Amino acid sequence: MREDAELRNEREFRSGRSGQGVGARLPRKEDDRLMRGRGQYVADIRLAGLQDVAFVRSPLAHARIRGIHVPERHRGCVFTAADLDGIKPIRAISALPGFKTSEQPVLATGKVRQVGELVAMCLAPTRAEAEDIAASVTLDLEELPAVTDMLKARAPGSALVHEHWGDNVFLETNYEVDISAALDAPIKVTREISTARQCMSPLEGRGVVATFDPRLDQLTLHSAAQMPHITRSGLAECLGMEEGQIRVISPDVGGGFGHKGILLPEEVCLSWLTMRCGHPMRWIEDRREHLVASSNCREHHYRITVYADRDGTLRGIDCEATVDSGAYSSYPFSACLEAAQVASILPGPYRMPAYRCRTFSVATNKCPILPYRGVARTGVCFALELMLDLVAAEAGLEPGEVRLRNLVRPEQMPFDNITRKHFDSGDYPEALRRALAQIGIDAIRGRQRKGEADDRRIGVGVSIYCEQAAHGTSVYSGWGIPMVPGHEQASARLTPDGGLELRVGVHSHGQGMETTLAQVAHEILGVDVAKIRIILGDTAMTPYSTGTWGSRSMVMAGGAVATACRELGERARRIGAKLLQHDPASVVLQDGEVRGVNGSVSLKAIAHTWYRRPQDLPADVDPGGLEVTQGYKPVRDSGTFSYAAHAAVVAVDPDLGEVEILDYVIVEDGGVLVNPLVVDGQIYGGLAQGIGTALYEEMPFDASGQPLATTLADYLLPGPTEVPAARLDHMETPSPYTQFGVKGIGEGGAIAPPAAIANAVNDALRPLGVELMQSPITPHRVVAAVLAARVAERSAA
Amino acid sequence: MKPASFAYERPCDLTAALSMLAAGSGSAKIIAGGQSLGPMLNLRLVQPELIVDISALAELKRAEIFGGELVLGALVTHADIEDGRAADVTRGAMRGVAANIAYRAVRNRGTIGGSLSHADPAADWISALAALGARVTLRSLAGARTMPVEAFVVGALESALHTGEIVEAVHVPARSVSAHWGYAKSCRKTGEFAHAIGAVLIDPAAASARIVIGAIDTAPIVITDAAELFGGRIAADYKQRFDVRVADALLAKAGIDDAAQRHIHVGVLKRAVQEAAA
Repeated sequence: MREDAELRNEREFRSGRSGQGVGARLPRKEDDRLMRGRGQYVADIRLAGLQDVAFVRSPLAHARIRGIHVPERHRGCVFTAADLDGIKPIRAISALPGFKTSEQPVLATGKVRQVGELVAMCLAPTRAEAEDIAASVTLDLEELPAVTDMLKARAPGSALVHEHWGDNVFLETNYEVDISAALDAPIKVTREISTARQCMSPLEGRGVVATFDPRLDQLTLHSAAQMPHITRSGLAECLGMEEGQIRVISPDVGGGFGHKGILLPEEVCLSWLTMRCGHPMRWIEDRREHLVASSNCREHHYRITVYADRDGTLRGIDCEATVDSGAYSSYPFSACLEAAQVASILPGPYRMPAYRCRTFSVATNKCPILPYRGVARTGVCFALELMLDLVAAEAGLEPGEVRLRNLVRPEQMPFDNITRKHFDSGDYPEALRRALAQIGIDAIRGRQRKGEADDRRIGVGVSIYCEQAAHGTSVYSGWGIPMVPGHEQASARLTPDGGLELRVGVHSHGQGMETTLAQVAHEILGVDVAKIRIILGDTAMTPYSTGTWGSRSMVMAGGAVATACRELGERARRIGAKLLQHDPASVVLQDGEVRGVNGSVSLKAIAHTWYRRPQDLPADVDPGGLEVTQGYKPVRDSGTFSYAAHAAVVAVDPDLGEVEILDYVIVEDGGVLVNPLVVDGQIYGGLAQGIGTALYEEMPFDASGQPLATTLADYLLPGPTEVPAARLDHMETPSPYTQFGVKGIGEGGAIAPPAAIANAVNDALRPLGVELMQSPITPHRVVAAVLAARVAERSAA
Repeated sequence: MKPASFAYERPCDLTAALSMLAAGSGSAKIIAGGQSLGPMLNLRLVQPELIVDISALAELKRAEIFGGELVLGALVTHADIEDGRAADVTRGAMRGVAANIAYRAVRNRGTIGGSLSHADPAADWISALAALGARVTLRSLAGARTMPVEAFVVGALESALHTGEIVEAVHVPARSVSAHWGYAKSCRKTGEFAHAIGAVLIDPAAASARIVIGAIDTAPIVITDAAELFGGRIAADYKQRFDVRVADALLAKAGIDDAAQRHIHVGVLKRAVQEAAA
């Protein structure tokens, strides 16, 4: 299978000739618009009669609503749940056995379950006036005990987020492969590891402009959304409308990362409001709303034991993972995607004979946990890779050695791991060997022995992950969530002047798809990339798609574009043969023209003839035309597996707790890269977010459930000076299952850095007896650990 | 995050500004660079009825040396000091502090008077100027009064300013040729507010020192009788004699219970002392 794929890829892979096809390092087409400030985001949309909406949000994490008091002067501008006739709550179910469903009212009814939950909406000509009205609304709330600690929330007697459940567990899962076989291993390391709650923080927040057109009997929702078709399906369910009555337009979007894949109560509210009031409505999320009321992610806790032999060979992993899922199950991903996925992805690319993992998705009085770039993988990678370093320390081996001993080997590909994940291709040990060589592991060990002039301590850390991407029907049907991806579709249309329009249901919000999908089309049809328009982000203009998530777009939409372009090319070829008066079997489509033995005709001439001069076509021409829609699925839909080895060198100041990243190397394998420049950008951006997870980002809560980082003064994001100039190295092992051998790579950059950096910090501080098992690694946590280690040493002496 | 509505005035001279403040009787706020007040307005943490924009007051933009003392008008920006446009009597000490305040965009607009008035414990000037022995002049329609910076900052976001009063100028004494200066801070990232500041002005020849521990939850700790921090005397070997235990005890006495926090503060102060001795 692998050889066949490589042959096929070689045959299809001809980017070199024009410099615009698959593999070309093209600058992004969309940057001409975006970098000149000519992008059009939701907040840029102006409609006549537009009114602004501000929400009254719950100031408490958990309370019963006794009353909502609207001043007389503002009656008619304020709407509460009592006004929302016929609106259904947001329900994101899962078919996994035992899953408990939450109902998220779009405006709170009965109880509020998180700070920032929507209670009322206020409209006014400007946002400032709408906020004035919101401030005048008073809430009569009876405060209830808040559930803020996911571990305590599991215990009997805890306050309950959803009383009728009887406990706070959305879902518990158990997975086991013969853990008893590992128990006699000579090395057994047990730890608790956790990652902080974060906020995704795209440059642009969410935003909605809603309007209703009575002529078309259609609601149009402009929304900063990654998955406009899914938003439409969700809206139709909540509003009780036909899907055709709703059009969702997602214009330019300033970063998604998962936050913009979620159906928002605000979207439902504004849809209702514009139909109720008869004029356009706007709500633009501000940064405080973003931090407090939305976009939370990443809060994981692991109790994990790793069993190994003295030579570092893994014997098994036993883990109990808990994820703080927040108050509600978010549409369409559900409240259990994160935790339940931990069980299947924790073993990663490592071989082991025994495994057990129990997971809990726990409801708390915090905002819903959303799938953030990397989804559960960042936490899983952090937990497992930190544990492997402890195994190495216990075995007296280099961390790299332990990993090389256990990684899946290239000759084992394709490989089914212990949780039956199907690894399509790759050479994981080679990626690690390259990373270790490029970071200069031996030189660093030498430097560590000498010590630093400034009394800082140097450490080196590595981490490896695999990123299952573009997994489809066979994987998601089991989850039974509101969205299961099937065939991805694309439409390709030749215009009368020989240009190419591609309509695709995924969306681009930083991924550069206006460029990369054009490169795919160019690869097939030879149309100049400058003459290819990519139409995205509009349910009225594009085929249905689950949208952009799970690093699926290049595999799925790229595959669909290739498939549609092949069919379009075939139709053009048959018309061209007629025009050349050749037997269709004797002509080929090459470099944008149909060639036969006696001449050629360009796609442009074929299109012109088809649309503008049909009198020149013979009567028996194929009537199919030059516009096609095709569906695509990879040969296997269990997903592509891209991967990388990250290596970091840090300097840690044990006195001040400051961590500086001195060097960073990434060796990644994303299969065949459609555009290495775009991939580099994806990796750099992911790295920045991973550094945020490792060192800066944290949304803490107090015991009453109040979020404590409510502005960017308290919620720290890495900036340009915190992100090092990482060195990237690409390997390109094709996937045997996809068009061109591509793999999804959108998330990987954000997965490995927390583990690599934490391992480096721990490597630096290990001689002091310090071990940090919690992200982010803040100066305070470092110094507290250093002081604790000193106390421990003194009491031991 | 839009401010509540307010009235706005931009007077052309100080007397007019003071009259407006007096008329506002406590419901007026002064805006200069707006680098702190802007976000506070947007978050509705403050909801003044009147904003008095003093950015047109030419008399508050002067920087002059009188009798060896530098008088900086309240509207002198951090960037004016960083770039050397404002005169200096501290032999570069203030330039060094200014250059590391937040980001350049903040320094372009943020003013020394605004920073002092806001009295954020984590900001640079309240610590640095206290260590340099600076004083502030406050003016109202009733007249002017002058006090040391350490007396001006009363607590977190609390100053000695009365209603109707404005920071007019900062008086910075000349740094003597024998006085060593050290300033260190620890920030989570570039441009972020510090979580620990150490500022020291040590004159071994005069056996005197001004030591400031800043970015604690309240007004900075200012030690003018600093011999105990250096084993009982301040001399040329002060770097070696710096006693971290005494510094730690000072922080504990100031109510900082968290040992790691104290450790970081002491570490930063030690860096400032080392820098002074370098």
